[in-house]
Amino acid sequence: MARRFILLFAALLAVLVGPVWAPAWADDTMPPAPYAYRQLDDPALEAKAEALMETLRCLVCQSQSIADSDAPIAGDMRNQVRLRIAHGEDPEAIRGWLVQRYGDYVTYAPRITTLTWPLFAAPLLLLGLAALLLRKRFSRVGQS
Amino acid sequence: MLAELGLAALWLAAALAGLQLIAGALALVSFNKGVGDGGTLAGIVRPVAVVQGLLAACALIALMGLFAQTDLSVKLVVENSHSAKPMIYKLAGTWGNHEGSMLLWVTVMGLAGGFVALVERRLPEPTMLATLAGQAFVSLGFYGFLLIASNPFARMSPVPAEGQGLNPLLQDPGLAFHPPTLYLGYVGLSIAFSFAIGALVTREVGPAFARAMRPWVLGAWVFLTLGITAGSYWAYYDLGWGGWWFWDPVENASLMPWLAATALLHSCGVLAARNALRAWTIMLGVIAFSMSMIGTFLVRSGILTSVHAFAVDPRRGSFILMLLAINIGSALVLFALRAGTVTEGERFAVTSREGALVFNNVMLSSILGIVLIGTLYPLVTEAFGQKVSVGPPYFNPMASLFFVPMVLVLMVGPLLRWRRDKLIRVRSLLLPGLVIGLAAAGLALWLGVKGLPYIGLVLAPAIAVASLMPLKGRNLRRLPLPVAGMVIAHFGVAVALFGMACDSAFSTEKLIAAHVGEVVAVGPWHVTLAGVEPVAGANWTALEAQLRVRYQDGDVFAMTPQARSFWAPQQNTTVSALHTRWNGQLYTVLGEQADGGRWQLRLWWKPFVPMIWLGGALIGLGGALALLGRLLADLKRIVVRDKIAYRRMRQGR
Repeated sequence: MARRFILLFAALLAVLVGPVWAPAWADDTMPPAPYAYRQLDDPALEAKAEALMETLRCLVCQSQSIADSDAPIAGDMRNQVRLRIAHGEDPEAIRGWLVQRYGDYVTYAPRITTLTWPLFAAPLLLLGLAALLLRKRFSRVGQS
Repeated sequence: MLAELGLAALWLAAALAGLQLIAGALALVSFNKGVGDGGTLAGIVRPVAVVQGLLAACALIALMGLFAQTDLSVKLVVENSHSAKPMIYKLAGTWGNHEGSMLLWVTVMGLAGGFVALVERRLPEPTMLATLAGQAFVSLGFYGFLLIASNPFARMSPVPAEGQGLNPLLQDPGLAFHPPTLYLGYVGLSIAFSFAIGALVTREVGPAFARAMRPWVLGAWVFLTLGITAGSYWAYYDLGWGGWWFWDPVENASLMPWLAATALLHSCGVLAARNALRAWTIMLGVIAFSMSMIGTFLVRSGILTSVHAFAVDPRRGSFILMLLAINIGSALVLFALRAGTVTEGERFAVTSREGALVFNNVMLSSILGIVLIGTLYPLVTEAFGQKVSVGPPYFNPMASLFFVPMVLVLMVGPLLRWRRDKLIRVRSLLLPGLVIGLAAAGLALWLGVKGLPYIGLVLAPAIAVASLMPLKGRNLRRLPLPVAGMVIAHFGVAVALFGMACDSAFSTEKLIAAHVGEVVAVGPWHVTLAGVEPVAGANWTALEAQLRVRYQDGDVFAMTPQARSFWAPQQNTTVSALHTRWNGQLYTVLGEQADGGRWQLRLWWKPFVPMIWLGGALIGLGGALALLGRLLADLKRIVVRDKIAYRRMRQGR
């Protein structure tokens, strides 16, 4: 009884979540999604999609963006990005959607959060340090 | 038998490194106490260093022999080779794995140390002893690492029938060239590190030290430059998507030592010519090698997944981390103890050659900081249980923040005089660069280029013109080689920058599922898919697309991109086909079969993209010319000195 219940529950879950998750869980043996290896007809939209794809990480590859990968999941993500761009969605909204789904790992452009702020403080710190080093060196000359 | 011989040679080399360290240190102590000249102990340090290098080389040759024979009783060969592999990949496969690459590392390090011991006679003997002892100390750590945690000669039983083969991505002529080149670079920096330690120990930091260290820094830098350039081109044609730099942690691991070495190279010049920037140069010497070691740690420890991370074994990671801590830690402690006694040296004004070089150094160090933080930060957050990615959208703008001011100063710096100068004096030499830059800006705006590519397109022509200005008013036939090298290297920066900017701004991409006979237009090209045919190689089979390509109304060329299936190990790769013209490259890739008998094709027209690597090669060539110039000058000095000594001897008689 319990087993049948679990099966039913799983089926329900699959029906509910399936359409949303299908692209990410696509089977390797299935033909690739239509826009995985096909560009959008409008060059301006394609350029927009391209710019976004270059900053999204392929989740199963070795440091490659989804624009640079043969992996099936990267193809599915390209398909998603192109379809959503074609529907007029904002690239940053698509990025947000993917981050929600896969976590911060998926975007190569780190967001400023409590965890990542040092990444953005570092350049400022380096600028300050550089200015200090240069000033110290040159002002000493002035004294001599 | 060969495996045991190799292992014995390795143990002997390690023992000699120990002897070199102890003898060097003891001789140094007796020097310091003022009791004699260090005696016999001082005498054996140099020969021991030479023999140590030769023994390590014997071990490497033994391992190459095992790979050539495909000796399947050796574990490393089984795991990384296959009898059906072409010979060049069997040999190059020797360092296409963790153990072999570490053996290559100690071999190059030992041979370089032996070479220094053989030829370097300019420095005071105590400094040389300290340098060679330092070199032995660093080597010893790596010998320990090899012998304890990653023995390349371990046998296995039962003997399997066949080896597991080599990652197909690595089965490329690039493998024979890229790793040894980078290692020569890394290890050259270890010599610079040892010189810095030697100079710190004996407090002999001056122009003589800088002149002794400079060829090594230059040589290491040339190899790093070529290694990175070759690696980038390899990734570009091997991965099949037209990308040439991914800010991958492993690429960053090679870029960081390069940045430090570039800074070191320039500060070394200041120290040699003007006896200034003493402590800073020593510090950079320590940092440059530290970056090599951090790179090795990142790549070899298995904390990164990458085609370079051959082995995932946490024990190895902690071993390298320990080595890193010992070497860098002790070097920094020594620096902290001695830095107070090393004065900064001669003073100079803001507007002077030194001033420009200091600016260059600070900017390069800042870029290094950005790359280091961006590379390590994801590891930090992962330790806190959250994975983030840091990629091009972070690195490109942040690095540009420091790169742009640096290259602006590059336009002026080489024109300035040492010590004190006025910008107004060189204004006529700056004018052409500025005019060209403004013209380029207008053109780029008209073409609708935006963002970082725009900055690149403006800067590249300006730098190209400005970099040639130091030649003005000089007799080109009497041009000193180091000056020629500098001009070529700076021109190379402009060329590479132009290639990068053009690739980002003007590339055209075409992804299509084409019928046989279909004509596809990409940029100014027309590509016809004439057919797809099966072909076979030594350890793979492939589908090969027969493409007929035509540039505008020009001649028709054949191009044959392949989709290969390797069977040992089983893996599919794409082999791109490239056609290079003076104004760019056509990049073609065959994908999978689509429905309706069509074939996936990926086509790119990348205007001026080869200039990226041409620029890299020019930078390397410039370094090589400068190195040649320095070495010839040294040789001349030695000949003259010998002549003088000979005359004195005759007159004295």
